[in-house]
Amino acid sequence: MAKQKVKRVDLIFSQECTCKEIIADALKKPREEIVQDLIESGLKGRGGAGFPTGVKWKMAMQEKGNKKYVICNADEGEPGTFKDREILDRVATKVLGGMALAGYVTGAREGFIYLRHEYRFLIPKLEMILDKFHTWMDEFDLDFKVKLFIGGGAYVCGEETSLIESMEGKRGEPRNKPPYPTNEGYLGKPTVVNNVETFVYTLMIMRIGAEKFKSMGFEGSTGSKLFSVSGDTPKAGIYELELGMTLDEFVKEFGDGDAKAVQVGGASGFCVPRKRFSETQIGYQGGLKGFSLPTGGSMMIFNSSRSMYNVLHNYLEFFEEESCGQCTPCRVGCQQLLKGVEAVKRGEKSQKYLNDLLRLAETMKLTAKCGLGQSVGNSFSSIVENFREEMIY
Amino acid sequence: MRKRESAICTAVEKHGKERKNLLPVLQEVKRVKNYLSRNDISEIAAEMGLSSAHVYGVASFYHFLDLKERGQNIIWVCKTISCYMKGSNDIMLALEDALKIKVGETTSDGKFTLLQTNCIGWCHKGPAILINDTPYTDLSPETIGNIIDEYYKK
Repeated sequence: MAKQKVKRVDLIFSQECTCKEIIADALKKPREEIVQDLIESGLKGRGGAGFPTGVKWKMAMQEKGNKKYVICNADEGEPGTFKDREILDRVATKVLGGMALAGYVTGAREGFIYLRHEYRFLIPKLEMILDKFHTWMDEFDLDFKVKLFIGGGAYVCGEETSLIESMEGKRGEPRNKPPYPTNEGYLGKPTVVNNVETFVYTLMIMRIGAEKFKSMGFEGSTGSKLFSVSGDTPKAGIYELELGMTLDEFVKEFGDGDAKAVQVGGASGFCVPRKRFSETQIGYQGGLKGFSLPTGGSMMIFNSSRSMYNVLHNYLEFFEEESCGQCTPCRVGCQQLLKGVEAVKRGEKSQKYLNDLLRLAETMKLTAKCGLGQSVGNSFSSIVENFREEMIY
Repeated sequence: MRKRESAICTAVEKHGKERKNLLPVLQEVKRVKNYLSRNDISEIAAEMGLSSAHVYGVASFYHFLDLKERGQNIIWVCKTISCYMKGSNDIMLALEDALKIKVGETTSDGKFTLLQTNCIGWCHKGPAILINDTPYTDLSPETIGNIIDEYYKK
């Protein structure tokens, strides 16, 4: 595996160019060319799931019908993630630019920003920017309007089909897939749902070109990404970094010299212990089982003063509350994992019981309906397997 | 009673009767009336042509659609991991001390309700809280008192 230093990038927050020009230039291109550029760039969804953005847009573009939608997923709720708030606070125009491109490419005339309730304080600013944006759309003669939709406070609504259900006036419970939102999304119409950061990158790729974007990162994980760094670090904050660094490099740059583990991807991601820092790379390739970890950008560093039991307990309380309750593996599984680790810690269950809990987590991965229930096992297994003694004593 | 009905009618008129507008309607009625009572739920359902069960199901799904009467200001203390590591428990204790209530309760003057919530997206500046829509970050048990005082002055 190629060792790579942590490389700073400045695309997302750069102010060097006027957004209006980039949008205007991009809109002169044929839609097929924009899609081809995005596919060529290798851009994958920056919310964490990592679906190729160009392919998603192409699927929505090819759908028949004249009613389509573009939704910006700003329901950022993953513990340890705060980049989307910063993007919307500082460069919302770029997000809207990306949405306009998606509208142009797919033929959608309506867009929504699904803003989580916790970010309501951004509304006045966003409304001002929307007004300006809509005058641009008139100038460009592009029939595309964006509205704000404010979430009600539910982690699961970050899952795209839950988000859509919620926008349709229902409980935010995930749908069965297929059909995918690009076929049948909001109100049953083809819908592109992308993360806030992804939209900014689509616009920046139009500016710098697919080749330049692709020259960063590595095969399957091209480009750069925003990382939300928190926990035991003297440098907590948001950093745009090239994909492909190892955790070793990351911790050298951001750790406090005493890092014992890094949680990559938030509570639904993986906990990597110190002994595996050097063999763990940040990127999409390799999927969930390899040493290459995909992430929505949440990087939480724990030093040796932290009890990993407390960390896991905090995650499990989180999942137990945020599980929508629709499917049994997740609803009951989260409760039982939480009860189970508490019982082992109190000595009411033997340490062998942890093996039963690991099997339960594995079952949840296989049987839960959506990403929430499926990913509880990521943090659970990676913490219990690597810090077993801390779960018991 | 009259005012109640009109708040609901206004909200439904403003956002529209279709089901897709249910969340904005609930949010608005909550804002005007402080919380969503059982009565409000039935009235919203009738007004929008939905079943009360559906509206209640939706209203009870989301954290910020309060179904219980709340204080004039709601304090949400983030309890998720990064804030927890930075001492959110101490913030909660300081707030309980300053307001003379426990988490989940409302002060006797109706000024504050104290609640917990999951990650509010300020992990690099924890511990963090929301008071209504406004985030406060990098808190310490010492600074929290001043923030509360400001709300008492308002």
